[in-house]
Amino acid sequence: MDITQLRQIDATSWALPRREGELRAEVRLFADAGLLAAMDDKVLGQIANVARLPGLVGAAMTMPDAHWGYGFPIGGVAAFDPDRGGIISAGGVGFDISCGIRCLRTDLAAEDVRARAKDIADRLFASIPAGVGEEGSIKLSPGQLDRVLSGGAQWAVSKGYGVEEDLEYIEERGRMPGAVTASVSELAKKRQRGEMGTLGSGNHYLEVQTVERIYDEAAARAFGIEAGQVVVSIHCGSRGLGHQVGTDYLVSLAKAAKRIGLELPERELACAPINSPEGQEYLGAMNAAINVALANRQIIAELARRVLGHFFPDARIETLYDVSHNTCKAEWHQVAGRRRLLYVHRKGATRAFGPGHPGLPDRYRSVGQPVIIGGSMGTGSYVLAGTRESENRAFSSASHGAGRAMSRNQALRHWRGREIIDELAARGILIRTNSMRGAAEEAPGAYKDVDAVAEATERAGLARRVALLAPRICVKG
Amino acid sequence: MERAHDYFEHDADIGIIGRGKTVEASFENAARAMFAIQCDIDSIRPLEQVEVNFEEDEVELALVRWLNALLAASRERGLAPCDFGLERSGECWRGWARGERWREAVTRGTEVKGATLTMLSVSQGPAGWEARCVVDV
Repeated sequence: MDITQLRQIDATSWALPRREGELRAEVRLFADAGLLAAMDDKVLGQIANVARLPGLVGAAMTMPDAHWGYGFPIGGVAAFDPDRGGIISAGGVGFDISCGIRCLRTDLAAEDVRARAKDIADRLFASIPAGVGEEGSIKLSPGQLDRVLSGGAQWAVSKGYGVEEDLEYIEERGRMPGAVTASVSELAKKRQRGEMGTLGSGNHYLEVQTVERIYDEAAARAFGIEAGQVVVSIHCGSRGLGHQVGTDYLVSLAKAAKRIGLELPERELACAPINSPEGQEYLGAMNAAINVALANRQIIAELARRVLGHFFPDARIETLYDVSHNTCKAEWHQVAGRRRLLYVHRKGATRAFGPGHPGLPDRYRSVGQPVIIGGSMGTGSYVLAGTRESENRAFSSASHGAGRAMSRNQALRHWRGREIIDELAARGILIRTNSMRGAAEEAPGAYKDVDAVAEATERAGLARRVALLAPRICVKG
Repeated sequence: MERAHDYFEHDADIGIIGRGKTVEASFENAARAMFAIQCDIDSIRPLEQVEVNFEEDEVELALVRWLNALLAASRERGLAPCDFGLERSGECWRGWARGERWREAVTRGTEVKGATLTMLSVSQGPAGWEARCVVDV
């Protein structure tokens, strides 16, 4: 990206000046100069288009890990006021609705796992379905699936996947209200019947990690983590149902926008006013898909817990937190001193409530919401904590991952899957995957520097770093 | 000579291209491009068939509907497709895909979640029709 076209506000905040006669809201980009320079110019084009959507409140924003997506850029954040014609956009949420990361803390130490890493990796890989076309062992009847759509992780716990305490540490206590099962197509429901408890593919993973470094002792204590400890992170989403809801509504909202007379800068922003029948229908379906993602991660978390329990029967394995990073949620925010109910789209962005927020569990209320930035399989991931400052800067939002630096085709030209897996094994990182192509596409070098993303997130005041996690075992889809 | 199915660059996802003498042929090749991301279509045998019918008056949106309908049908039936056919009569599109059950040997590892409206175009040039869009992976 040519950063000379931007106006620098501070070291990690930039604005895109309006051209003469240009009608749009403010565009704000959070990143340092290096990360911005490495971004594709199309990120700027996409977020500038978001700034032209009706009912936008404040600025259309990108997080430090932003990259070119479809509809909104990945790493895009935008809040809309339903009472001022604000819209809801399927392209602002994405196909993998409520894709997110569940982080489990354990009382195991790095050396416990190191000695049995190969066996643990093999058993995790055998127990957790991953990859294209893989189905899980859970087969749901139509009635059962409807209960998942409305119950989310609470349904999973009621069926023995996990414990009640897990729910305390999941956004929305594991159940997104406002799900309308009738707004989800039969086809979407059919696609999900065999996919509960599956990881999927692409950048989805289950990692056994160790805490490498603590940045914030007080927050780490509250989160229950310390250096050398083993944690487990699970990155996946709403699987076939979410994908089908996304595809069902992408075209229908594009048509609705045309019918309603919404002038969209790009058709890919497919949207409808929140207070329209079309907008409400998508919202109900999206909320149902969020519940599928929450249930899915709850099931996989329990499967991982059982595998670790096989090797370490006395291990304590608890949910640290579960964040979603492809959503549109109704939230109360302070805008110019007034409390307003806004629909905040976060596409490849994590909610990051600051200390004192009533939506946080008691244990974390003094330090802020855990924010998890997933890295590549060879680098590391970060746990951060939401800040009060983020509320004013970005409607309490932060980065979600390292963000791609290279397309998948470019990655395939650079690397071979087997080489990547052998190279990581030599560094003590065990990869289990069915796909050599997937391993090459997900090569660590294809991603941005996650350290730079986490640092820029902190410097921008969006969230502060708490801990760095290093991968030890990675099950890839 | 340009390939009947091809790709273009996109940061996080993959751009697919289908080319053909007719709109329908370009859509069939776009489907090949999309499923070749997920599976080795040359090693799949056309043992089973699924049918995909839809109505759409806008040709560009028809491309997205076609690709997404194929994805849904293939997932629902557990079918890895390799061969595609499409006919159009006004707003009515009738298509099929043939293939065999997903098995590890044909899987290439990347799952396509859906076809998007990004970089979506269906255009006619001197050599024929070209259909393209970004698919989410």
